[in-house]
Amino acid sequence: MTATLALVVCGGVLFASGTALLLARPLTRILLGAVLIGNGVNVLVLTTSGPAGESALLYPDLDWRQMADPLPQAFILTAIVITLALTAFLVTMAYRSWQLSGNDDVPDDDEDIRVVRRAEYADERERLRATYRERRHEYRALAHDEEEREAQEHSSAYQKLGRARDQYRQMRRRARAEARAFRARQARAEETAEETEGEDDPWQTILGADR
Amino acid sequence: MSGGAQPSDAAAFASALVPLPVILPLCAAGLKLAIGARLGRVQRFISAAVLLTVLIVSLVLLIAADRHGPQVMYAGGWPPPVGIVLVADRLSALMLVISSAVTLCVLIYSVGQGMADNDEATPLSVFHPSYLVLVAGVSDTFLAGDLFNLYVGFEIMLTASYVLLTIGGTIARIRAGATYAVVSLLSSVLFMAAVGMVYAATGTVTMAELPARLDELPQGVGSVIQIALLGVFGIKAAVFPLAAWLPDSYPTAPAPVTAVFAGLLTKVGVYAILRTQTLLFPGDRIGDVLMAVALLSLIVGILGAVAQTDLKRLLSFTLVSHMGYMVFGIALASHDGIAGAVFYVAHHITVQTTLFLVAGLVERRSGTTDLQSLGGLATLSPLLAVIFFIPAMNLAGIPPLSGFLGKLGLLRAGVDEGGVLTYVLVAGGTVTSLLTLYALVKAWNLAFWRAATPEMCAVGTVLDTAEGDSPEEDGDGDGGGDGDGAVGGGSGGGGTADDGSGTGRGSGGPAETPATDWDGVGPGRKETVLAGRRVTATFGGQEITTSSTLPTSMTGATIGLVVFGIAFTVLAGPLFGLTDRAAGELIARTPYVEAVMKS
Repeated sequence: MTATLALVVCGGVLFASGTALLLARPLTRILLGAVLIGNGVNVLVLTTSGPAGESALLYPDLDWRQMADPLPQAFILTAIVITLALTAFLVTMAYRSWQLSGNDDVPDDDEDIRVVRRAEYADERERLRATYRERRHEYRALAHDEEEREAQEHSSAYQKLGRARDQYRQMRRRARAEARAFRARQARAEETAEETEGEDDPWQTILGADR
Repeated sequence: MSGGAQPSDAAAFASALVPLPVILPLCAAGLKLAIGARLGRVQRFISAAVLLTVLIVSLVLLIAADRHGPQVMYAGGWPPPVGIVLVADRLSALMLVISSAVTLCVLIYSVGQGMADNDEATPLSVFHPSYLVLVAGVSDTFLAGDLFNLYVGFEIMLTASYVLLTIGGTIARIRAGATYAVVSLLSSVLFMAAVGMVYAATGTVTMAELPARLDELPQGVGSVIQIALLGVFGIKAAVFPLAAWLPDSYPTAPAPVTAVFAGLLTKVGVYAILRTQTLLFPGDRIGDVLMAVALLSLIVGILGAVAQTDLKRLLSFTLVSHMGYMVFGIALASHDGIAGAVFYVAHHITVQTTLFLVAGLVERRSGTTDLQSLGGLATLSPLLAVIFFIPAMNLAGIPPLSGFLGKLGLLRAGVDEGGVLTYVLVAGGTVTSLLTLYALVKAWNLAFWRAATPEMCAVGTVLDTAEGDSPEEDGDGDGGGDGDGAVGGGSGGGGTADDGSGTGRGSGGPAETPATDWDGVGPGRKETVLAGRRVTATFGGQEITTSSTLPTSMTGATIGLVVFGIAFTVLAGPLFGLTDRAAGELIARTPYVEAVMKS
């Protein structure tokens, strides 16, 4: 089988430029890329039928070796029809996309973006945690220092004990003073009660000691 | 369809049946396009009847192929290499039986769903024809006897799938569809280039003629062709390095579409790999590469599934992962490996489709498939829980079920084969099975087993949510409080989802209550009722239709598929026998070649 160099090069160029367009975002460019690649493939398939032959329709008594191979042409015809249908569909889709969102870009998938964001979020959280750990560490060191200072001030247990004893005595003194005041108040109340005893006072019967 | 053929000329009769799985759906699709949106009941009947006929034909073909060898049909009476050959051997016929059974169930489910944005006209005039064309394309790829016809079958299937994936034309679906269409377009172009290469190298594309001619080729040329074809089919089958498009594009489509795509389209790729690897490139010239691909698919896919929080995306990633099992079986290239792969394909089509249908039901019941906002479905809808649990455990490979049997067959074939890489894959397969169990049990715990979140109870069964796509609905967010839009329908479309469902539960009545006549602006937006009571309300620019019951035809179809999946377990013995014979036929190569080339 002999292949025509021009057709091979042409197919290659179409394929290459189509690939470049296919990598773009807008659907219309992708569409153009698909059309170019489709044509490139068709040209490449055409090379498989070898060099151009005589037309069987014009010369009915040709030897079959002189004709071009018709099978690749049948392939290409089918492929062209299919590519046409897909082109029409892609154009419609690009138009619908433009109608709905104002552009025809093929966007990144939402869920994929979310996964990426989740990774970024995890990184951010990790960073924040690290700063938090650092700060907590500093704070603990500070608190530790303070405790040590206090411990030095009241280094002996006796001092602490003494302080507690002083507190206890103070409280006891206060309690005793309160108890004395209470007894005095009670005595005074009894005196007043004795003074008024015997009188037929209705208020006394009602209020009694609460007076 | 008269099933009772005379046993004497059963073979001749069966070979005449071979093109029917392609022709019948195509004719029905054309008929439906001509009828348009009228005669709803007749149209639904036609779809179901055609798919049922295809199922019966496929069963007859399977029996004939099993008893009398591959059934061949030359289109127009032209023998190869000139004419188009359709071949139904055991593998093709088995794939046909399973695909037609699954597509029939999904069709019934989608009829129940009332498809595509509450609009009765869309499913009949767009969904049903596209769906039937898709079925025809899938059948054509299974039956194709030459590489170019395989390409045409792929294209029929893909064109229909573009339409199905972008049905309704919402922005999310257009975006998902763009990714899908571009990737598929690239794979088609590469396929065409590979066909050109094959023809340039061998001078034929008939698969029966190719084995002899490819064997004569220098090894380098053969390997280039093999890798080109594998790349193309790898994109279709969504094996690891070529699978990134799948989880992005599948989950946005309507549930039946996702289900049939997940079940069938990827398996068509696996079928093509299986056919070309066994028939055209026997021996394991690049078995190690396939092994590595299988391992990476298994591990990367399942890790992706573990990371997901959406049920549909989780299932999409398990789909990518489990492709690895089938590629593993093909990479082994041994009799048991191929048999295991065929069995696993059959099992996986059914179980993955079922799970996606259940995900659709979950979405219907609770308005979302986000696992973080789901909960309490086991108490709210016990039936749903059961029909999720069985296929989920089946997918994970819990012992009595067919998933276990398929994995066991593959892993045993791997252990028999020996070798370091094979053992690594056996270990990887086991780990993947465990991680699948983990991912699915996580989904089960979150969606079904934990207590229901408050909003879950309020929503009721969401029959349909559609993005409000007309400008007159812009102000709906403000009117959300008044609540009479759901019932009276006279206001500018106010009413919250809760109000809607509350009314839906409260009003007892026949299934035929007409739903809301929507705001006065949209002309004639009337909806008729398919199943259950339903009430439409708008909330934040979305129209939400709610009902208190799941449509019986949807659950019925799903239960049918669950039972079909269990049938693989019950009939595992005969099925393993069949896949064993199919593998024998594939590895021997001569039955296929002789059946096609005899005349």
